[in-house]
Amino acid sequence: MIPELGHFALILVFVLALALGLVPLIGAARGNSTWMRAAFSLSAGMAVFAAVAFACLEYAFVTDDFSVRYAATNSNSLLPIYYKVAAVWGAHEGSFLLWILIMTLWTLAVATFSRHLPLTMISRVLAVMGWLTAGFAAFSLFTSNPFDRALPIPPAEGSDLNPLLQDFGLTIHPPMLYVGYVGFSVAFAFALAALMTGRLDAAWARWSRPWTNAAWAFLTTGIALGSWWAYYELGWGGWWFWDPVENASFMPWLMGTALVHSLAVTEKRGAFKSWTVLLAIGTFSLSLLGAFIVRSGVLTSVHAFAVDPERGLFILAFLVIVVGGSLTLYAVRVPLIRSRVHFSGLSREVLLLVNNVVLVVAMSVVLLGTLYPLAYEAITDGGKISVGPPYFNAVFIPLMAVLSLALGIGPSTRWKRTSVMYLVRKLGAVFAASVVIGVALPLVVIGIFKWQVAAGSVLALWIVGTHVEDLWQQSGGRLAGLRRLSAGYLGMTLAHLGFAVTLIGIVITSHLSVERDVRLTNGASTTLGALTFTLLAVDRVSGPNYLADRGTVRVQGQGAAYEMFPEKRRYLSGGNVMTEAAIDAGVTRDVYVAMGEPLDDGGWTLRLHYKPLVRWVWVGALLMALGGVTAVTDVRYRRLRVRRDSAVATAATEPSA
Amino acid sequence: MSRASLFIPLSAFVVIVALLYAGFSLNDPHMLPSALVGKPFPAFDLAGLGVDATPPERFTQADIQGRPMLVNVWATWCPTCRAEHAELLRIHNETGLPIIGINYKDDPVKARAWLQQLGNPYEFNIVDADGQLGVDLGVYGAPETFLVDAAGTIVYKRVGDVNRTVWERELKPRVDALLDSRAATEAGAGGSAEPGGGPHG
Repeated sequence: MIPELGHFALILVFVLALALGLVPLIGAARGNSTWMRAAFSLSAGMAVFAAVAFACLEYAFVTDDFSVRYAATNSNSLLPIYYKVAAVWGAHEGSFLLWILIMTLWTLAVATFSRHLPLTMISRVLAVMGWLTAGFAAFSLFTSNPFDRALPIPPAEGSDLNPLLQDFGLTIHPPMLYVGYVGFSVAFAFALAALMTGRLDAAWARWSRPWTNAAWAFLTTGIALGSWWAYYELGWGGWWFWDPVENASFMPWLMGTALVHSLAVTEKRGAFKSWTVLLAIGTFSLSLLGAFIVRSGVLTSVHAFAVDPERGLFILAFLVIVVGGSLTLYAVRVPLIRSRVHFSGLSREVLLLVNNVVLVVAMSVVLLGTLYPLAYEAITDGGKISVGPPYFNAVFIPLMAVLSLALGIGPSTRWKRTSVMYLVRKLGAVFAASVVIGVALPLVVIGIFKWQVAAGSVLALWIVGTHVEDLWQQSGGRLAGLRRLSAGYLGMTLAHLGFAVTLIGIVITSHLSVERDVRLTNGASTTLGALTFTLLAVDRVSGPNYLADRGTVRVQGQGAAYEMFPEKRRYLSGGNVMTEAAIDAGVTRDVYVAMGEPLDDGGWTLRLHYKPLVRWVWVGALLMALGGVTAVTDVRYRRLRVRRDSAVATAATEPSA
Repeated sequence: MSRASLFIPLSAFVVIVALLYAGFSLNDPHMLPSALVGKPFPAFDLAGLGVDATPPERFTQADIQGRPMLVNVWATWCPTCRAEHAELLRIHNETGLPIIGINYKDDPVKARAWLQQLGNPYEFNIVDADGQLGVDLGVYGAPETFLVDAAGTIVYKRVGDVNRTVWERELKPRVDALLDSRAATEAGAGGSAEPGGGPHG
């Protein structure tokens, strides 16, 4: 009964979404404010029923109702309760229901917090989000209904959640990622509404900015969590694989980052308008493309646990309607008027343009590398290749170097025009210091020279130095001065410092990590760098739903001695074998031990890693996300702010139709 | 900037969609390329399942030769295997095509109970308890089904369930071709089981 209730609630979401897509638009076209206002209550209704549907599916999982086919294939009565709850989004159908729930919650958030916007604008924004929700709900109902029953003979026991997903990181990684993906639909909806009303102005950019920053912060966190999960759960010690599914989340991030910066120019200077609209459409389109790549099985990947051609076709059709439709609207409606904003060869506008160009080129590089195997297959009639890390690294790293250089200068430049001499006076010393320290410091600490390490350190110090210098100037060197700075400025600084932290983490861990595969019998020792590893014992232990061989490894060196416990688990219901690496995490380095295979003489193969600064990769990403959230809290977004001049501009450009 | 140049993003998108659609129709994810197609069935020496409490005998790759047959990798822990079981029974009953089972990483007691309960389409079952044969066969996950010709060469590999559509479209034409060419060779060369089938498709 409860699953049918959930199914019915999902149908209601679909119907309400259709109504939300139509009624306010008709109201906006006819100037009927009652119909436009209906958008608010329809948004709320949609969110309520999406929550009901989701709760019903949760109920089926928590109560082990294996007559629901989706629960039977993805849960098991032995599963701990928190994994039962998370198992709901462990596979395709449930994760899509989560996607719909998040979509309706974003819609509700927009309806709640942007209520003060002009009714013609906000009703159209919500209508666009209604179309999107209707599309997602139809996809769920027609191709992947999570409430389908396995009747007439329901299985007595579920076949269990994929053990890879039985993990804390993976329980929160998909929701974060989805909140980010779906969050970009707000910027998309604002862009479309602006195209429809012809109101492409600074006010529009200001309304979009906090939503875009929030979505971007969530996506950043989601990607970082995914990378962290891959690092400790897959047992290879890697944290980024340029896998199609990782790329699928990275592309919207790159374009979303460009959008965040482009919106700044549009808000402050009224420039880059059509470019910003294009980025808003592009960012959300890439989110949808990511969904297509993951769900359709077009590209084979380690992540593709839901592969179904029918679903792929549906998403492709949806993609054509949404992206094709919005790009057509863009081509037809974007004003051709050249913006009357002027800026010279060196100005903040130009630096932000560099940022945009580099990020969009980087995105295109990833897109090309991700789609190239497809093109190759189409041309060679079925040949399969995959594009690997060498390609991505070769193209990506130089681009990031350019970005880092520009990133140091950006905040110190002024709008319109900045003189070269001013910059040299302001940043010359910082530049010299970062070059000297960046080359010398790694040399002193690790004793060997690697140009990649030196270059990475110089760039990271350059970013940190320039931002600290600017912070010092802006605050007048006093702590009290910091409080006067806007949340927008502080958020930007935090995010940029986070970028520097991630940058140095990536460079150091990529070039200075060491690893060894060793065979150890009980009591035997081996060394890795300054550390000595001794295998003390391998014991049989049992967890709630698995049996494991658990090694006890003693690590000595660097003034410390401790024991680590890597496991090799065999899950009872599926027979899957999983490697649980033992990780001794630290600020300066991680020590990572993973069990390999048992040997005939009673020993084991072990994989040992020493990874300096690897945590910095994720800590930096979290700082970036924190910066994004900080910027959202800026008071200027909360002031009542339909400026008179922009209202006049609207009246002038509002199409007569 | 002219109005026409504003259509550039749309055009780029059309190209990408065409590519995705092409990739989509080309790339049946169940047709993973297998290095084993066209190669002989890998060598093995494993115990049988011993259905109906007969003592388990041993089988080798020599038992997978002499006539075209299906080799089906299955396990009781695999829900899709249960779904495809009825189709395997139907194929066996209606066409008489021999089907060999590889009971993959499974509990033999449960496996025997399963066959008693659901019916047994298999001529015999090989027990691959530690998955070693599965590794040699490049098994991604159960169920997988191999079509092997009379010479013991793998002709086709199916990842995922064998259902009516797969049988009609993918397997039956290949099986018929193998049987036809075998009949032709027998008529010509007097009944030797030389490789006449060869890889099809």
